[in-house]
Amino acid sequence: MSDLTDLGVAAIRDGVSSGQFSAREVAEAFNANVAAAQDALNAFIVATPEKALEAADAVDAARAKGEQLGKMAGVPIGMKDLFATKGVQTTAASHILEGFVPEYESTVSANLWRAGAGMLGKLNMDQFAMGSSNETSYFGNVISPWRTSDGGNAALAPGGSSGGSSAAVAARLCPAATGTDTGGSIRQPAAFVGISGIKPTYGRCSRWGVVAFASSLDQAGPMARDVTDCAIMLEAMAGFDPKDATSLNLPVPEWAANLSDDLRGKRVGIPREYRMDGTDPEILASWDQGIEWLKDAGAEVIEVSLPHTKYALPAYYIVAPAEASSNLARYDGVRYGLRDLPQGANLQEMYAATRAAGFGEEVKRRILIGTYVLSAGFYDAYYNQAQRVRTLIARDFEQAFETCDVILAPTTPTASFALGDKVDDPLAMYLNDVFAVPASLAGLPAMSVPAGLNAQGLPLGLQLIGKAFDEQGVLNAGLAIERRAGFTARPDRWW
Amino acid sequence: MSVTRETVAKIASLARIRMDDAALDRMAPEFNAILDWVEQLGEVDTSGVEPMTAVIPNTLRLRDDVVDADPLTGGGMRESVLANAPAAEHGFFGVPKVIE
Repeated sequence: MSDLTDLGVAAIRDGVSSGQFSAREVAEAFNANVAAAQDALNAFIVATPEKALEAADAVDAARAKGEQLGKMAGVPIGMKDLFATKGVQTTAASHILEGFVPEYESTVSANLWRAGAGMLGKLNMDQFAMGSSNETSYFGNVISPWRTSDGGNAALAPGGSSGGSSAAVAARLCPAATGTDTGGSIRQPAAFVGISGIKPTYGRCSRWGVVAFASSLDQAGPMARDVTDCAIMLEAMAGFDPKDATSLNLPVPEWAANLSDDLRGKRVGIPREYRMDGTDPEILASWDQGIEWLKDAGAEVIEVSLPHTKYALPAYYIVAPAEASSNLARYDGVRYGLRDLPQGANLQEMYAATRAAGFGEEVKRRILIGTYVLSAGFYDAYYNQAQRVRTLIARDFEQAFETCDVILAPTTPTASFALGDKVDDPLAMYLNDVFAVPASLAGLPAMSVPAGLNAQGLPLGLQLIGKAFDEQGVLNAGLAIERRAGFTARPDRWW
Repeated sequence: MSVTRETVAKIASLARIRMDDAALDRMAPEFNAILDWVEQLGEVDTSGVEPMTAVIPNTLRLRDDVVDADPLTGGGMRESVLANAPAAEHGFFGVPKVIE
């Protein structure tokens, strides 16, 4: 038997189901990888090897009794620390929630456990999902398992905010992980480490029990090593939840069973405005290569226009902080989490001291921006204008989808960068999500798949954006690229 | 438009985040850089455009009008609700004295 940690979701599930190996053997192998990489990569905030074993034993017992096994049976996964997990610390990588042990389970994680998955641990991330390099976590940076091929050993960014998820999947610490995407937080880290990740249509996955950042944008999704594994895991995560007011009351399609890389009769749109000045020429070359792959799969490629693209990022940096400032008002030192009560302080002073001590710099920055754009006298000029621009961005996509079925674009403007490179310049960091944010603002399904390596030996991703509810079209185009890219590169194990 | 250090201090107070002079000195220029950048939205002609309220068309549902419609969120969970409170006393959240 080859190393079980080289297997993905489908291979593990099928191997457990056919009796090639037990779920317990799989969980033990991944538990060992998690423990061995912790000091070097810092991908997990908390490891839960006993949870992984417990779930595995339940699957092995169910199989022995001849019971029907779930979609994720025997697959141990990493859980981003944004999902509330009953009895296991959930921090959103913040100090203010350090020690918070939920009394309840998020809908998405509960769905995964019901499908037979087990939990290897809670994954590190950017604090409150605010960041693009995993440098804002209270629990330290996550280090990408990738290094440049020129022999340099500078620590590279795994992307963010789902940086623990991306690093862990790329380093074979887990076959798949949950991510969340508010403005690119699944797709950008997936692209940085050479894995796949999909953000579904807004409302597919319940937000109940997911620590809120920007509620009109937040969506959970899977991150895994290939498109098929993403499709399987998304089926397990998605579904209507009455406890989330924006949950879509629609059946969950059988995305995995309907995967096909035959794109004959499909039109792929290439958005003219994404060819921006200053984009890395290697990114543009990989985009051109992607166009050829999709033509090879039978698609017709046409140019489309998304005229308001350049305004998506500034609109996002009004809407998301505005929602964050409101959502994060709940951290007050009263009901849960940190309390900082200086000697003699009154209630208001306690709030202010608690929040000063409990939030990191980037979180404070965004709360302040959000408070400002929502404040009396500025609300219309900033927040309402951004929401109007958001309407125009969504309309751009609607018009483009009158002539095409799916859109192909780069995921990121550059490959991964060294930790420390952008952390002192918030605007430079924000620009990382320039290609990812428009689909978020429009609530559309979008995924990143690996396309190849750049001259430095670092992964590059391509992004597929689909019509609302058409995850299948996104996954199929992703599969067409995956089959033609033949991406097998993986980081050398230096940890 | 340039936001003054005093304005940042006022916003921080509205947001209930204590900031000392050094933190305000650091934040004010960053705050201005971000606001200068988002102000390009002013270029966009949005006359006649409605602000977005829902990204995917959906209707708000009403739950059944019964007590404890959902056992998890319906009520009767005092111990669970207080389990993570920094200072729970006698079945209540404890806070510094608010009435002299």
